[in-house]
Amino acid sequence: MGLKVPYVTSYLTEHFADDALGTIEGYEAKGGYAAARKVLRESTPESVIETMKASGLQGRGGAGFVTGLKWSFMPKGTEKPKYFCVNADESEPGSFKDRLLLERAPHKMLEGILIGAFAIGAEKTFIYIRGEYAYPAKQVQRAIDEAYAKGYLGRNVFGTGFSHDVVLHRGAGAYICGEETGLLESLEGRKGQPRKKPPFPAEYGAFGMPTTVNNVETFCHVPHILANGPDWFRGFGTEKSPGTTIFGVSGHVARPGLYELPLGTRLDEIIFEHAGGVPGGRKVKGVIPGGMSMPILPAGQLDVPMANEFLRERKTMLGTGGVMVMDETTCMVRASSIISYFFRDESCGQCTQCREGTGWIHKIVSRIERGSGSVDDLDLLLDICGKMEGQTICAFADAAAWPIQGMLRHFREDFELHLKHQKCPFPESFEL
Amino acid sequence: MVITPEMRSRIEAAMEKYPQKRGALLPALHIVHEAVGHVTPETARELATLFDLRPPDVMEVVHFYNMFYDRPQGRHHVYVCTNLPCSLRGARSLVRALEAHLGIEAGETTKDGRITLGHEECLGACAYAPMMRVDDEYHEDLDVEEAKRILDGLE
Repeated sequence: MGLKVPYVTSYLTEHFADDALGTIEGYEAKGGYAAARKVLRESTPESVIETMKASGLQGRGGAGFVTGLKWSFMPKGTEKPKYFCVNADESEPGSFKDRLLLERAPHKMLEGILIGAFAIGAEKTFIYIRGEYAYPAKQVQRAIDEAYAKGYLGRNVFGTGFSHDVVLHRGAGAYICGEETGLLESLEGRKGQPRKKPPFPAEYGAFGMPTTVNNVETFCHVPHILANGPDWFRGFGTEKSPGTTIFGVSGHVARPGLYELPLGTRLDEIIFEHAGGVPGGRKVKGVIPGGMSMPILPAGQLDVPMANEFLRERKTMLGTGGVMVMDETTCMVRASSIISYFFRDESCGQCTQCREGTGWIHKIVSRIERGSGSVDDLDLLLDICGKMEGQTICAFADAAAWPIQGMLRHFREDFELHLKHQKCPFPESFEL
Repeated sequence: MVITPEMRSRIEAAMEKYPQKRGALLPALHIVHEAVGHVTPETARELATLFDLRPPDVMEVVHFYNMFYDRPQGRHHVYVCTNLPCSLRGARSLVRALEAHLGIEAGETTKDGRITLGHEECLGACAYAPMMRVDDEYHEDLDVEEAKRILDGLE
């Protein structure tokens, strides 16, 4: 079927236009599984973890924790079985990169899993894929079957004595299952309500056993790092944020698409040079830089390099690298109402601050949008956001509060105009 | 019996993949939905027996997830993504056009039981907005006329 979306490619997405890459023969023809074979035959778990630490790879699922460090937290010398989980529950609005990797290069992820499983001593991997990803799930299952048939999974992988099983597990539509302990609960056949931490998954994870959870893209970097070394990897990106990532650009741009670029690439370069800028000669009004949980940036701040050390200075984060562009016609109160509806809808309901707070925020933003807000509403919104942040079992409540705080930080005027005129003053904005 | 011997053996095969058999509850619910479309109290009792659970343990899982249902749905599920990236590119007017075309509102099922229409949160297709999910298939870069044609083609 080819690739129907504009894209830019680097090592991660090389050969992605070639359908054959999805098959084990096609992947091996491009050098696939060579890194895993070499690691399993010649390396030790300790040296793989050292290489991963030296590379500085940070997890690409949103939190940006150093992968090698996470792997090193797995207990050694335990009799308990250890598990890997792949977080393929990609549900952060504005994110669609993992879907590309799952559909186009499932073997790259499997190779990363093999190397990681060898490093942490995991006997089994559960790939938790969101239920709506039916086609990606088919591609991944086919890849798993191919790998078993060739002896790349199962017992005695590559004749090395190392054994590893991979199980594909389909979710069923719940954003919170992307939170790692919500994912584990869901994997165990329960509601996906996050667990209190500690204990962390490395101690008490899937089915009570030591578990590491990593994102799809994170696994896909692993074979490249082991094949080429940490210095090569550090040749991409910034000193603190090495490597490339796949930026997914959506919204008001001429060429929405997937762009694999080094971390630290400037946001305006991504929007204007790669995604073709805003169509119709209109200007940018604001950009959400890393999926909907991340606070928005106004048009005047698009010169920021896309890496956490720079984005944090602007009070936002890289998240999943989902870049949502909104042009000058956009009503930011309307955008906030969609954002707050999402979080109200997806709150798992176990913490009061989150369950009540997300609904309350949506109620207030909606009434401002309809023109029936009151002057106290903006302070009330900030007060509620402040009482949600850091007060709950998982980071979902923070993720619900941050974008609203960002909107009020940069686009307070949009809210004030609604209150003043008691109606939406942006007639050309997208429809609600 | 809702769960046929064939379904039962698929569920038991799924249980083998997990260290605890409850891990196969989501796979089992997918198998049930594929076969009969939703979970009745009777199905919940049968599943509870298979999994050594109580029926409410099964139903609370059904109610937690958007893709599981406790009542009959249309033969086809049509879900338009109306999250922000899709709304910026016209998803809301697409929903309204499809509501008018089918004579129902989002969340309802056509009288002939053919289609349940709904909106859904982000489906990971943001560069191809607007889009809709029809059962297991994605339709992307849609305009209203094409979306109507796709709906008309559903049996």
